[in-house]
Formats: sequence, C-alpha cells, structure tokens
Amino acid sequence: MKIKKNIAVSESGFLFDSNTGDSFSLNETGKQIVKMLNENRSEEEVRNYFLNNYDVEEGTFENNFNDFINMLQNLNLLENEG
Amino acid sequence: MATKEKLKYERPVINKINAGVTDKFGMSTKMEIIEEIDSVKITDLLNEYGSPVFAVSENTIRKTINELKQSFTTRYPKVQIAWSYKTNYLNAICKIYHSEGSWAEVVSMFEYEKAISNGVSAKKIIFNGPDKSKADLEKAINNGSYIHIDHFDELYDIIAISKTSKERPKVAIRVNMDTGIYPQWDRFGFNYENGEAWNALNRIMLSEKLDLVGLHTHIGTYILTPSAYGVAASKLSELAVKLDKKYNHKIKYIDMGGGFASKNTLKGAYLPGKDTCPTFDQYAEAITNAIINSEIDPQNMPTLFLETGRALIDDAGYIAGTVLANKRLASGRRSMIVDTGVNMLFTSFWYEHEIYPAQEVSSHTEDTTIYGPLCMNIDIIRSAINFPLLNKGDNYVLKRVGAYNMTQWMQFITLRPNIILIDTKGKTHVIRENETNETMTALEKIPEHLK
Repeated sequence: MKIKKNIAVSESGFLFDSNTGDSFSLNETGKQIVKMLNENRSEEEVRNYFLNNYDVEEGTFENNFNDFINMLQNLNLLENEG
Repeated sequence: MATKEKLKYERPVINKINAGVTDKFGMSTKMEIIEEIDSVKITDLLNEYGSPVFAVSENTIRKTINELKQSFTTRYPKVQIAWSYKTNYLNAICKIYHSEGSWAEVVSMFEYEKAISNGVSAKKIIFNGPDKSKADLEKAINNGSYIHIDHFDELYDIIAISKTSKERPKVAIRVNMDTGIYPQWDRFGFNYENGEAWNALNRIMLSEKLDLVGLHTHIGTYILTPSAYGVAASKLSELAVKLDKKYNHKIKYIDMGGGFASKNTLKGAYLPGKDTCPTFDQYAEAITNAIINSEIDPQNMPTLFLETGRALIDDAGYIAGTVLANKRLASGRRSMIVDTGVNMLFTSFWYEHEIYPAQEVSSHTEDTTIYGPLCMNIDIIRSAINFPLLNKGDNYVLKRVGAYNMTQWMQFITLRPNIILIDTKGKTHVIRENETNETMTALEKIPEHLK
C-alpha cells in the first residue's frame, strides 16, 4: 500500500495532488499514517506503532485504519496495486 | 522502567479542501467544547448518574425568569407570570418557578392536581385548554381558580354549573385572532375578527352568574415577530374597552399566553436561533406599548399575565451522554451513534439541536450524521453537522433541551434516564429517577390463561 508519487504532504498535514490540483487536510493521526505509508512501512508496522504510542484499543484502530485507507482509495491517492 | 505516557488518539481523517465563498455571517467554524454545567464536570455527572443523563440548571432558571420580570416590570406596573406546566412539570422545576412568584398555568386535571400538590393556592391557578370535564369545571369553580373558556360548549357547562354552585365562576375567554403571522392559530378559543369573541363576552355578561375577570390569547408558538404580540395586545385591549363602555365592567387582567421563542434553531432556518431569537425586552416593548397606548382607563389598568414556558426553561436543560459507535454510510458520509434518541429528545423533530463534545478534541471535523440508539430510521439527532472526531466512549452534551422534552418524551425501546438538578451552590440532586423494567411493567396485567 503506497501513496502516489505525485502527492506532496506538508509538515502541517496539508496534502496536495499535483495531478488533479485537489488539496486535502489531514489530522495528526491521518498525517502520521500517510507519512509511514510514504516511508514504505507495512500495515503491520503502522498498526504496531499506533498501538504502542497512542491510547487506543486494537479493534478501534483496526476499524478506523481500514476506513481511512478506503477514504484514500476513494480519493484516488493510493497507487494501484497488482 | 517507567512506561511512556501514550498520546491522545483521534481517528485518522482526510478532508478535501473546497475553496468556496467566504461565510458572510462570519460564523465560527471551530466547535465550542462544553466540559461543565454550572461548574459540575459532565464526565462526573455521567459517572455518577449513568449515561445519558438530563441535567437542569437552577441558576439558569432563576436568572432567566428574573430577566423576563425585569423586562416587563420596568415597562408596566402590574405583571404576573404563570408557569406553563406542560412545558416541564417535574415537581422540583415547578417549585423553583413558584418560589420566584409564578402562578400555575395548567391544561388538564392531571396538571391542576400537580399544581395543588406543589402547594399552589387554587386561587393562583389558571385553567386553560380545550379539555375540561364537568367534574373538572366544578372543582375549579369551587376552588376559585381562573377558568379560561375555550369554546361555547364549555361556556354553557359553566353557566349550568353556576346555577347551583355556591361560588361564582371566575372566567376569562381565550381569543384567537389574526396578528399578521402565519400560521394563524384558530383552534383555541373564540375568534376576534368574526365577532365570536365579542358574542361570548356578551353571553357571559348577560348570564349574570359568572365573574368575567380576564381576556386571554395564545397566538402561537416560537413566535419570532414581537409585533404580532403588539397586535394581539391591542385587540384584547379593544375588547376590554368595549366591555367597559357597554357594561361598565372592568376586567382584572389581560393574559398574553406563551409562545416566546427560545434560542434553539428551527429546522430549515438559515441563521442560528441564538442570532434571530427576539429578546424579552422586544416582546415586552411590543406588548406593554399596545396596552398602555390603548383606550383602557388608566386608573384601572389590568394586570398583565404571561404564560411563557419554552423561553424560560429551554436554556436551563442539558442532556449529556456517550458515543456508542462511528460508522461510514454507503454514501461516504460519516455517521455517529449516540445514546440519546428521539424517544427522549422529542424536540429534535423540529430543532437542529446544538451538540458539543464534553472533552478536549482537536479542531478537525467531519461532515457527520448523528443518530440516536433506536432501531428506527427516524432516530436522527442531527442529519448534517460538521462535528469533531469523537471516539466510541467519548462524551457529548446537547444544549437547550429544557422545554417539552421532559414532558413529551416517550418510553420507547429504551428506558428514560435520570434527571438531575444542579442547585445554585453546584450540588446535584436526582429530581426524577431513571426507569427500570419494574417501572414499566408495574401497570401491566397478564390474563390468567397466559400465566
């Protein structure tokens, strides 16, 4: 799972898609996930990072993470896999 | 080894930035957080009394009624407020209003008896409403309460009772009229424009058995136009002048009913209610100007009665609760399920209730639909609101729910929760206990063959 190459993310969580000209805002946790995906970290690594560093239960994170990835897919921000 | 303190979690979100026209009203996009009600922490309330929980602020009740009094008594010499029982008839709430000098305004024998048991003198009860049985009327007449007649059938009942009763009935008529607003309520009382009200007054005067003490109107509900009250007060004053001319009879009071708007926002309204709701001063100015400028004899100015309910209690009521779940709808919209449903928040059918997080949240929001916990499609608290990212188990609070919810609520699917009063010293008291299965089954009976 990778973020498209043409996408730039700023320190403050501002995300810009140079293909479409669309811009997006991310909250802290969203920004952290996008950053880790950009670093080619696996889903497993992202999950472990959140469970170790944030006050969140596994089920809640799993649920929110899947939802967030779906949103990225719907917004056409992820590389097509396969 | 000391464990590292974990960071506060917020669910990850991404929102598309849409450059649109700037909001010309400059409304804040950041949501306020309400952590306390009168210095009592909402999380403490929920821990102690369960979730959800209604909380009523005694401070706000007393402050608001005194604002109303101030607005009217500085403009008119004789003003009397009567607490509208149907708006909130919890005994503790009624007793606060009575301690501030309010009479009781009731619309059924159930409410009448509640007022009596709350220590209100029967002579300080106004009996309104279209449903008064002969037995109800006899009781009210013998007790010397004020009866506001709704229709001719009731008037004839009272005339019939007056022939045998020891007490002379003290009556007023309810008058409906065109005040220039829509909808024009015409179901309560006698119409002004078609002469029905004048006809009813003549019949009362000619019966010689009834004491005509007042004139009453209830022009509508959530009236945003104070001038409509001015029109209504002028028309009632004209009737008072006509009575004086024809019978040399001076009425004791003019009762303007209720209907003042609260700061809640009606569904479909463009601007929030807190910006559009008239002040008590505006209502007072319209009403008192109309009476003072009428032809009523200045030596015999009638007392001005007010039956304001909603505008007095709405701001004092809160309901706090817990987020049950978050889910994404097929449309892509975020939805949040909370433990307050339309069964206990009846007013959500016509208001866009204000809902706030009850703990620290970030400034990120998502377009959210807020559902109640009922397995019913209609159970929607807010159909579209930009709301912070609350997690399952987080707390929220709904503001301005003091009017009608604690009387019109339904026992449906879930049981009704505790109602807490926060007194003027910040101490909490249960004023209505939460229901249990036993409460609900106590009145049920099972036929022998099903046992």
